[in-house]
Amino acid sequence: MKRKPLWLGARAVALTGYLVFALFPLYWIVKIALTPNKSLYSEALLPFPTSVTFDNFTNVFANTPFPTYFMNSVIVSLSTAFFATILASLTAAAFSRYEFRFKNTIAFILLLTQFFPLVIVLVPLFRVLVGIGLVDNLWGLIVVYTAINTPFATFLMKSFFDAIPRELDEAAMIDGCTRIQALWRVILPLTLPGVAATLGFVFTGAWSELLFSLMLINSESQKTFAVGLLSFIQKGAVNWGQMMAASTIALIPVILFFGFIQRYLIRGLTAGAVKG
Amino acid sequence: MATTITRTPQPKPRALQVLLEPYLYVSPTLLLLGLTLFVPVLIGIYYSFIHFVVYEPLNHGFAGLENYIKAFNDPIFWLSLRNTVVWTFSSLVFQLLFGLGLALLLVTPFPGQKLYQALVFLPWAVPAFLSGLTWSWLFNPVIGPLAHWAAALGLLPNADNILADPSIALIGPIIANIWFGIPFFAITLLATLTAIPKEMYEAADMDGASSWQQFRFITLPYIAPTIVITALLRTVWIANFSDLIWVMTGGGPADATQITSSYIFTVAYNKLDYGYAAAISVILLMLLILYAVIMLRLRSRLEVTT
Repeated sequence: MKRKPLWLGARAVALTGYLVFALFPLYWIVKIALTPNKSLYSEALLPFPTSVTFDNFTNVFANTPFPTYFMNSVIVSLSTAFFATILASLTAAAFSRYEFRFKNTIAFILLLTQFFPLVIVLVPLFRVLVGIGLVDNLWGLIVVYTAINTPFATFLMKSFFDAIPRELDEAAMIDGCTRIQALWRVILPLTLPGVAATLGFVFTGAWSELLFSLMLINSESQKTFAVGLLSFIQKGAVNWGQMMAASTIALIPVILFFGFIQRYLIRGLTAGAVKG
Repeated sequence: MATTITRTPQPKPRALQVLLEPYLYVSPTLLLLGLTLFVPVLIGIYYSFIHFVVYEPLNHGFAGLENYIKAFNDPIFWLSLRNTVVWTFSSLVFQLLFGLGLALLLVTPFPGQKLYQALVFLPWAVPAFLSGLTWSWLFNPVIGPLAHWAAALGLLPNADNILADPSIALIGPIIANIWFGIPFFAITLLATLTAIPKEMYEAADMDGASSWQQFRFITLPYIAPTIVITALLRTVWIANFSDLIWVMTGGGPADATQITSSYIFTVAYNKLDYGYAAAISVILLMLLILYAVIMLRLRSRLEVTT
């Protein structure tokens, strides 16, 4: 298609506009995190700091509870990703490879969980977890997050299972595998990229969760990054530089995972991503 | 298209095992969902009929419709319903329009596109609590530039924090939500756009169709079903999505920015009125179900006519 230079210019401007809008807020956080405290207010509105310091970052590591929050979030998100992916792989295998009664009903139930307001279970779950001693405990969060993320992870894994031709199952069975062996020894290894993508999506979802974490966690030692950051701010003593540095640190894992799941974004989003 | 697959008969099919296998695979998930989501929903419905305020332990018992009547007479609840509609549709419309725009820009390849996409889609990966904090800092005139820019452009009379002004505070979380949601629509629509056969545009070019005509008569009809379905699903999702509001305004100032789902959280978490929170949750659930049913009806009617 022939396009006029005017059109190309307009397109470049629009593309630049989107990029600036997408990155500007993140840039601003990093900028303030790098600005020395003494010039924070005088340079608050400058697009670039005149001098750069890493003091805020070293302070966050040395003098705040953020390393604990960070580790808690890592533990919770990794465990959630692990458990949700296992459950999702099993369920997705059943959906993709078997015909059975109530299959559609079960799929509908999973879909339903994606759309009902989770706030409705907030208090009841809190009470149940108090009853079994899992409140204010990372394991409680892991159980809840696994439940929230498994339906979506199932649809995602199913799309990866579906992409592998059934002829392979049959070939494996002709070669003497049983149904189960064909599924877990031949088919599952082929879905490994899908398993990795699912891990990535669930990790990102768990890392981002806020409301359950607020409700279910109280003590300093168990706080996730989201809750820790909010409570840090609500304490009143506003240390802008440290907050921005902490936020920048919280961004790092998701950016890493985002780079990793890039290729699967379309699939993840059409499977009804937890995080949207 | 359905193809007939000839199944090879398995040697000695162990009938019972084969029959049970799929149930074995789905049961852990169902068990977990049942215990952590569905049973709590039932408990929640039960709570909605009892008087259950944490700091009134002596006044705890069956209350009939007390909590529902309270909701009916609660102006904040009604305001939250109105805000939910404003929040959901203004976020959705702008996410969709800007997302479609971005997808259209990305459908013709250009050098460096991979990197560009990785950067421009990044907001999607930012956790909601961080998006919320980031934007509230940007709106804060002490540390962020937005209020100053808005004042310089004459959009605001003074460089004040819009999150502190009850009449316009909801705009803050909506902007954050648009920022966060554009990539979602851009990614899904880009996938649909790239699936449109190129021949259709070539044929239209030869017939002398203008760019607008091509968009109107080829692109739009092709992507319309995707737009409708994703928009319907997103409506429910956004209506439930209160993290940004909770982080940016806490529903304030003076409850001016409460959407129903953030109000439920406020009632449960701050006011510790579990019964009332449950009642509003049930109402919200009913309204969302009603919305979904109406939309499904409309959709099936659309499918019949097209």
